[in-house]
Amino acid sequence: MKYELQPTLPPPANMIGVIGWLRKNLFNGPVNSIATIVVGYFLISFLVPTIQWIFIDSDWVGDSRDACTSGGACWVFIANRLDQFLYGFYPEAEHWRVQIAFIILIGSIIWLVLPKTPKKGLVATLLLVVYPVVAFFLLYGNAFGLTRVETHLWGGLSLTLVLAVVGIVASLPLGILLALGRQSDMPIVKSVCVIFIEIWRGVPLITVLFMASVMLPLFFPEGMSFDKLLRALIGITLFQSAYMAEVIRGGLQAIPKGQYEAADALGLGYWQKMILIIMPQALKLMIPGIVNTFIALFKDTSLVLIIGLFDVLAIGQAANQDPEWIGYSTESYLFVALLFWMFCFSMSRYSQHLEKALNTGHGNRA
Amino acid sequence: MSSDISNSGHKPDGSAKQKAPPVSQPKFWNDPKKRSLLFQVLLLSILGFVFYTIIDNTLTNLEQRGITTGFDFLSREAGFGIAMSLIDYTEASSYGMTFIVGLLNTILIAVLGIIAATILGFILGVARLSDNWLVAKFSALYIEVFRNIPLLLQIFFWYYAVLRTLPQPRQSIEFFGSFINNRGFIFPAPVPEAGFGWVTFGFFAAIVASWLIARWARKRQELTGQQFPVALTTIGLIIGVPLVLFLFSGMPLGLDHPELKGFNFKGGITVIPELIALWLALSIYTAAFIAETVRAGILAVSHGQTEAATALGMSKAKTLRLIVIPQALRVVIPPLTSQYLNLTKNSSLATAIGYPDLVNVFAGTTLNQTGQAIEVISMTMAVYLALSLMTSFFMNWYNARIQLSER
Repeated sequence: MKYELQPTLPPPANMIGVIGWLRKNLFNGPVNSIATIVVGYFLISFLVPTIQWIFIDSDWVGDSRDACTSGGACWVFIANRLDQFLYGFYPEAEHWRVQIAFIILIGSIIWLVLPKTPKKGLVATLLLVVYPVVAFFLLYGNAFGLTRVETHLWGGLSLTLVLAVVGIVASLPLGILLALGRQSDMPIVKSVCVIFIEIWRGVPLITVLFMASVMLPLFFPEGMSFDKLLRALIGITLFQSAYMAEVIRGGLQAIPKGQYEAADALGLGYWQKMILIIMPQALKLMIPGIVNTFIALFKDTSLVLIIGLFDVLAIGQAANQDPEWIGYSTESYLFVALLFWMFCFSMSRYSQHLEKALNTGHGNRA
Repeated sequence: MSSDISNSGHKPDGSAKQKAPPVSQPKFWNDPKKRSLLFQVLLLSILGFVFYTIIDNTLTNLEQRGITTGFDFLSREAGFGIAMSLIDYTEASSYGMTFIVGLLNTILIAVLGIIAATILGFILGVARLSDNWLVAKFSALYIEVFRNIPLLLQIFFWYYAVLRTLPQPRQSIEFFGSFINNRGFIFPAPVPEAGFGWVTFGFFAAIVASWLIARWARKRQELTGQQFPVALTTIGLIIGVPLVLFLFSGMPLGLDHPELKGFNFKGGITVIPELIALWLALSIYTAAFIAETVRAGILAVSHGQTEAATALGMSKAKTLRLIVIPQALRVVIPPLTSQYLNLTKNSSLATAIGYPDLVNVFAGTTLNQTGQAIEVISMTMAVYLALSLMTSFFMNWYNARIQLSER
């Protein structure tokens, strides 16, 4: 007699394939089935008309509001003002300067983000130290044969980027000093840093901007007047450095105490210890936190419209007031929201990726 | 005896009493104590100089502009109206009153926003961990969309693109005696009549009773291990007692119905559209962050805890209530408080759409009318600073209280 294994039966038809997936993920139990139906109904009744309004019923080409006849979104409005959304009131003949500054920025960021590019340290240093100077002369001009473009003409997405990048780059060194000061043994240094950090973290950015625009001119001798943009930048930098200091302190505290002690045992001085031993390790841990503060700052730059600067949201807001295009504010808000969303979402994805990639188990809680 | 430690020829003399070795004095900048003293004195003097210059410049500048410093302006008559006030305020009120009105409006929007954001955030946070694919993805979509768009933009959207495009008062949308139009949301105002005091009394009596029951139930559980449904009794008492009293005292509550008179409504309670827009935007935006906090908290409870509870024979609901939530809360509450603080600070964006909060009324109109920039901005900042310090004290106290006592 010969014994033979029966061939395995295929799984029941309702456990595999599309039906199986549906049963497992959407309809596994009465509560879940009801939830699926409710959420599904809501999504369909909301998303379908929205998508239709945005893509199918919309108008894309034309040069006045007469082109918007189909009843959907009027993207003609955005297309006509795209230059303003990107460059504000920057003179059109000089747009190339903004473009070059932007391309260098994006290029070096891509260089830094890609996993296998050489000389990351050099590029990062150049970006943090040399690039701001180059970008300043490119955007402001008044040197090297470039005409001067007053800052009140700056605007749109380029102004948003200027505010965010300057805010983060300028607040980094200040934040490092504050974080080190907060961990110092010297009581006066420590309390000065703690007070500084807690004051700025405790107040809303908008009051800081008010302060920068109303109080700052009072602080300086008569005749010494500041540009409005510069005042906003000072406010943003002071505010941001407090948050940066807390991120850096988190990184410093995550370094095991043995590292500090080993550096002391080797006879390294304070700055040697910090620059050679602690900071290189801590910086790695801090990058996700820095990216997260950058995202918060990037969103917060929209507040400058309250003190009269024309960032991309303010440009949209101004465009909505244009009598020729009244009634299309939803389109401009959606467009500006999409711009912000793309930047913030990609940065937050990158920071999540970093958190995973950098998790080499060297932290305190390894 | 040589004092040079590096001298290898030196033989330690155990019996000899160690005397303070006559070390060659280090240069004073190599002595950590003296150096740190020097640093701190330097820092203090620089700070002192900076502050002195700032104050000196400010006083000169103020003098030149003819602005007198001091807080006398607070008692002067304000002379401007405020769109919404929780207390009696007229144009004849003082600048000090504008501060109070603004502060109360800030507190109102903060409380309303915190309640809505917490409810929405908890639902979304739990939904994101649901095993229902559609629900989890929907929650993830919501979170990723709303937390990556600036709050100010969301406020503008709700205010200018949604609420301001609603119909005029004459074409209001009507339901259950309430109206929605571009002037806001108008609903009947409850008017307490004689005998309503009993209902109020019943409400407070129910709170006291619930507190006593909770105390008794805890004691009994500690002694005997028997549990008592405290949450259910509390809800029952707080809703039931006032309701019964309300019915028995002949429903002493009238309604003041809003009526269209001329171009606007008279009577009832009007919620201005600025408040609605700000409330929607703040709660929707903050809920996305709270949802992430809640999710992290639930994930932080290790799976072994749930499994152990199942092994002990606890039901799913009981596991959630007694095992998962208490441990998750330990992780959730500190970031949650800081989200509440963020919401309160973000409510200052009200000024962009003209909701009369502290920044709009006090740091806006009052500042412009009086020119007392220093005093006004410092008072405004002090309010927010006090709030944030109180929050961090609470957080420290809470953290210390719930700290796991590890063995």
